[in-house]
Amino acid sequence: MKLPLLEVNQIKKYFPITGGILGRKVGEVKAVDRVSFAVYKGETLGLVGESGCGKSTIGRLLLRLQEATDGEIRFEDKDIQALSPKLLKKIRKEMQLVFQDPYASLNPRHKVEKILEEPLIVHGIKDKKERRERIMNMLETVGLDRYHAERYPHQFSGGQRQRIGIARALMTNPKLIIADEPVSALDVSIQSQVLNLLKDLQAEFDLTYIFIAHDLGVVRHISDRVGVMYLGRMVELTDSERLYEEPLHPYTKSLLSSVPVPDPDDQSDSEVLTGEIPSASNPPKGCAFHTRCKECMDVCKTSRPTFQEISPGHHVACHLYGDA
Amino acid sequence: MQHTTPSLQQPANTSIEKPSSPWRDAWRSFAKNKIAIAGLSIVVFFILVALFAPLIMPYDHTKPDLLNRLKGPSAEHWLGTDDFGRDILSRIIYGARISLWVGFSCVAGSILVGCTLGILAGFYGKWVDTVISRIFDILLAFPSILLAIAIVAILGPDLQNALIAIAVINVPNFGRLIRSKVLSVKEEEYITAARSIGMNDARILFHHVLPNSMTPVIVQGTLAVATAIIEVAALSFLGLGAQSPDVDWGKMLADSKSYLVQAPWTMIFPGLSIMLTVLGFNLMGDGLRDALDPKMKQ
Repeated sequence: MKLPLLEVNQIKKYFPITGGILGRKVGEVKAVDRVSFAVYKGETLGLVGESGCGKSTIGRLLLRLQEATDGEIRFEDKDIQALSPKLLKKIRKEMQLVFQDPYASLNPRHKVEKILEEPLIVHGIKDKKERRERIMNMLETVGLDRYHAERYPHQFSGGQRQRIGIARALMTNPKLIIADEPVSALDVSIQSQVLNLLKDLQAEFDLTYIFIAHDLGVVRHISDRVGVMYLGRMVELTDSERLYEEPLHPYTKSLLSSVPVPDPDDQSDSEVLTGEIPSASNPPKGCAFHTRCKECMDVCKTSRPTFQEISPGHHVACHLYGDA
Repeated sequence: MQHTTPSLQQPANTSIEKPSSPWRDAWRSFAKNKIAIAGLSIVVFFILVALFAPLIMPYDHTKPDLLNRLKGPSAEHWLGTDDFGRDILSRIIYGARISLWVGFSCVAGSILVGCTLGILAGFYGKWVDTVISRIFDILLAFPSILLAIAIVAILGPDLQNALIAIAVINVPNFGRLIRSKVLSVKEEEYITAARSIGMNDARILFHHVLPNSMTPVIVQGTLAVATAIIEVAALSFLGLGAQSPDVDWGKMLADSKSYLVQAPWTMIFPGLSIMLTVLGFNLMGDGLRDALDPKMKQ
């Protein structure tokens, strides 16, 4: 039995909607609603879903950049939410973020050297020589040159900037990297370079990834397991292969069938979803997907399906399966 | 490891160019702007005049010469003499010291206090923001020159107090400016990145938020020096600023108001000095804005 590096139990993040002069709470946006999953050491867990489904919020909750409303996050069996600021700093050293937009995530007034040096300063490496040495090594590791240390972010291309972002995340020798759509802002030709870099680094540093994306092709390429999210909820979670070969949840099915096939003669109809994504401030009762689901039954409109293991390693939240 | 990472193909990568810092880029674009350089030249000229005032003053600025009262411009007195026969050129040169000193120190004071409050309000938000913003609102609710007069009236009329008054009335301008900038900067992703590294608030503030929030303050500061010079001149004109034997341009205007018709030079030259200095700072400020914030050009 592999040990989970990170375990997430029923986490919720509700953002209050305030209104009126007194700022009374008039509702809430359920950005993340009772999501559970585990990440095992050395694997890559992909999180996919439409924009606004809460996948990025999960990344932020894991690092406690935002506080979860409820639920439990355990990293190496320590409850993250209960940590003191001092211990939290230690944990953050072990978990690092790679951001979506390489243009916004690097301070425009800092040289690359300073960008990479800061994690070391913050985590108490006092020797300037040692810091410099590590920065230079890291630059080479991510495929940049030593002289790049003297430059400012605006002098780099998007792909190079993302390499700097990855280098910054790796400076503290983390165990877990949360990559929040790390390639979606890049050109397709650069995307594969960065993805391959991430894969190489995973092997070299024994990293675990949570890979957040909306591009199913990218996720398939890099993930061992994939979780599909819809409106703040996890609807399906299983091995990457199995998800793409035999998706169970109707949402996953339509999502996969919407991936364009590079074959002009391909005649298979893609299941186009009709209707809009419901608002997360007023999600449908029962199964959140029932308003757009082809196989909607009466029970779907009233009771929310539990997220359960249908077959070993295959979790689904749907009334079509299991005993619910 | 290296061989598996595809090499980068960006052309910028092949030649080693000089690192260009954001400040150096801004200077380069500023230097290209001829009008801004003209403004800078005027400002530098007056600063030099103020610095070397005792060396270049042809006469003692306080020494009366009653035989030569209200004389027009001549070879001995280039810009004429005032009602006590004092040399106007010398008084303008000496007055440059006070006017510029007042302009700079007022603005420095306003920036220091305003920015500290504004940063706290923007960064911490919630009740800190509410309290500080309301203080700004109260200060802004008064017509600024009226507020300055009131402050001087309470503290007593002298130059020092005029300076404090002008500094106080400019505090909310800088405070609001930097507050709004901090509000947007703190949502930037590199701030989130800094937090996720485990950085504390102080380091985030001084290394990330502050350097990225300063450009509008620098621009506004330059323009505010011009306004401060006018405001102090106004206070001195009303008799609430520089007191005899000290002299600044505003006081010179006040002293000469009775002789407007018979000796217009007593008024024209100090007025011209104020106008030129203010123009210099304004041109320089506009140039700085274009250089530091290209987005605002339209």
